[in-house]
Amino acid sequence: MTIDCPTPRHEDEVVLLGHGAGGRLSAELLDQLVLPALDGGGGPLEDAALLPGYRELVISTDSFVVSPLFFPGGDIGSLAVHGTVNDLAMRGAWPLALSVSLIVEEGLPLAELRAVLGSLGKAAQNAGVPVVTGDTKVVGRGAADKLFVNTTGIGRRHGALHPSAALARPGDTVLLSGPIGLHGTTVLSTRERLGFESDIASDTRPLHRLVKALAPLGAAVHVLRDPTRGGLAAALNEIARDSCVAVEIDESAVPVPEAVASACDLLGLDPLIVANEGCLVAFVSAPAADDALAAMRSVPEGTEAVRIGEVPPHGPDGRVSLRTLVGARRIVEMPLGEQLPRIC
Amino acid sequence: MKYLDEYRDPALARHLLDELRETATHPWRIMEVCGGQTHTLVRQGIDELLPARMRMIHGPGCPVCVTPLETLDRAMAIAARPGVVFTSFGDMLRVPGTDTDLLSLRARGADVRVVYTPMDAVRMAAGHPEHEVVFLAVGFETTAPANAMAVLHAARLGLRNFSVLVSHVLVPPALTALLEDPDCEVEAFLAAGHVCAVMGWREYEPIADRYRVPIVVTGFEPLDLLEGILMAVRQLEWGRHEVENQYVRAVRRSGNTRAQDAVRRVFRVTDRAWRGIGALPASGLELAEEYERFDAARRFDVAGLRPAEDPECIAGAVLTGARLPTDCTAYGSRCTPRHPLGAPMVSSEGTCAAFHAAGRTPARSTT
Repeated sequence: MTIDCPTPRHEDEVVLLGHGAGGRLSAELLDQLVLPALDGGGGPLEDAALLPGYRELVISTDSFVVSPLFFPGGDIGSLAVHGTVNDLAMRGAWPLALSVSLIVEEGLPLAELRAVLGSLGKAAQNAGVPVVTGDTKVVGRGAADKLFVNTTGIGRRHGALHPSAALARPGDTVLLSGPIGLHGTTVLSTRERLGFESDIASDTRPLHRLVKALAPLGAAVHVLRDPTRGGLAAALNEIARDSCVAVEIDESAVPVPEAVASACDLLGLDPLIVANEGCLVAFVSAPAADDALAAMRSVPEGTEAVRIGEVPPHGPDGRVSLRTLVGARRIVEMPLGEQLPRIC
Repeated sequence: MKYLDEYRDPALARHLLDELRETATHPWRIMEVCGGQTHTLVRQGIDELLPARMRMIHGPGCPVCVTPLETLDRAMAIAARPGVVFTSFGDMLRVPGTDTDLLSLRARGADVRVVYTPMDAVRMAAGHPEHEVVFLAVGFETTAPANAMAVLHAARLGLRNFSVLVSHVLVPPALTALLEDPDCEVEAFLAAGHVCAVMGWREYEPIADRYRVPIVVTGFEPLDLLEGILMAVRQLEWGRHEVENQYVRAVRRSGNTRAQDAVRRVFRVTDRAWRGIGALPASGLELAEEYERFDAARRFDVAGLRPAEDPECIAGAVLTGARLPTDCTAYGSRCTPRHPLGAPMVSSEGTCAAFHAAGRTPARSTT
């Protein structure tokens, strides 16, 4: 071995897939490149933004690039509706209208496009939100992966329900509306043909009715967030950071479906960082926790809602910790980037 | 009964910890060999709940961590070639070579793909005769049978465009090397359950006997580890030094003989350099003569490699249990999972990454 070149160089000057995975790499890209260029930053990064000049209106946009286009429990069409409806809902808003943009790769069978749009239309109808405008572009073979979909939505906030990622307070109770890990494991298993997809299905679904059920609790609901890319670990870390609080959760309280647990074990993935598309975490003031839990359980998307932790009275700020099954404590880190399955 | 819940039961875990506290009278030092075990220990915080001053030493059994830098550099040189589809298990992709890693190479246009079994790589080769498909065959005795099967399958199909870059390592020679080190502090081993599921534990009996060291074949769930530790401590307390099997649901003494046969057919034992540890005699596997035509190192003439480790990285000392990740001056500063200097910071099985993921800092780390 030679020692001529003692310092390995890290090649960071190109975009890595991990930059889009919702973890620390994504945050770096936003903080160092995107936000400075757009004069953004300062405030917390929310799932949806208030429309300047209109206190009750929120706007959100999301692009969907999932591969494969169809997976157990959903497809890119239904996902594109649910994703944006849910981002609006996480700011306490009811969806008013959606736009849909399609970027289609040359050669995509029309039957597949028809199936996706049929599903998208049905999902919008079921959610009770009209698609009011849109755009379609076709690019050459290889310039896109079959089909990319962008949806943008506008929503109106429910009365006193004004949740924000920056509003978690010491003493808050942390609630989770349903089991975690289903979407990410289903998509991975379908894409890589791992065989778990016969036992599991994506949890993709709209959450605006669940949020509406929480509306009567008004200002007692401090934070709502759907743990999509980066999973529960990323969502809790973002909330802890933006609210300058610590968060403590109980490993035994977090519902992980059996099939997700076994798939994650086999693949060396952590269910806490696997993506979800049909559940939310809610930080509510402790006195309102029982009512919030009851409200969530009163609608079909929240029947499995549980209490998973709390915000301790004294920091350390920004830190998420977990009481392990055996009673020890460990830190739950912000995931880094792409999930890489372990060897054994 | 739910999936594996019986091996994660909090009440049973507390019961085992109580029993451990009653049994242990000395600050025993026990090494868990396998990275998967380190992962569970650190993730669950089991090592922090052990009775006073007992210490787990984290062993060298992380396949990502011990794959030599030269193999990685070679892998990257091959992956960068036009026409090559380079396949690997996922967590090798971020391991730093001398200049770059496979993820960065992929972002720059190399065709690097994650596979979940080497058979996927064989299928790719069969379906794309215009490409050279290379699989990075690393790991311990656990992954060797599947990799052997892939080579046998490729041979049956007569594939000329499939090859493997082999860097398999074997556990028993590493244990012997650790025990031969005069500074070795390890008083008992938890042997890796999955390695023993393939190989059995007969190879460990002469080691336990010769070095008078208890070896407990142990699984990977929290209760497996607690029970394995308890069994090792009982042996230490009573002055015994035997090979015992905690992982009875998966391991028998002779192991999986069919898997062993496949490994013996395709591979032969060779000397191997372990990253961070150095060269150990008869500690690795390479392709047997009959299958040399599948050797990517022969097929692709990669010259001019100059592997060089970062001088600040103490991966070697961490891998042998001599130092803790938190002893390293680069830990958490120059070296993070985002910018790993050494391999143990990459895989979640790596000791440094496991410490980092659990938020351990030099002050907090009392193990």
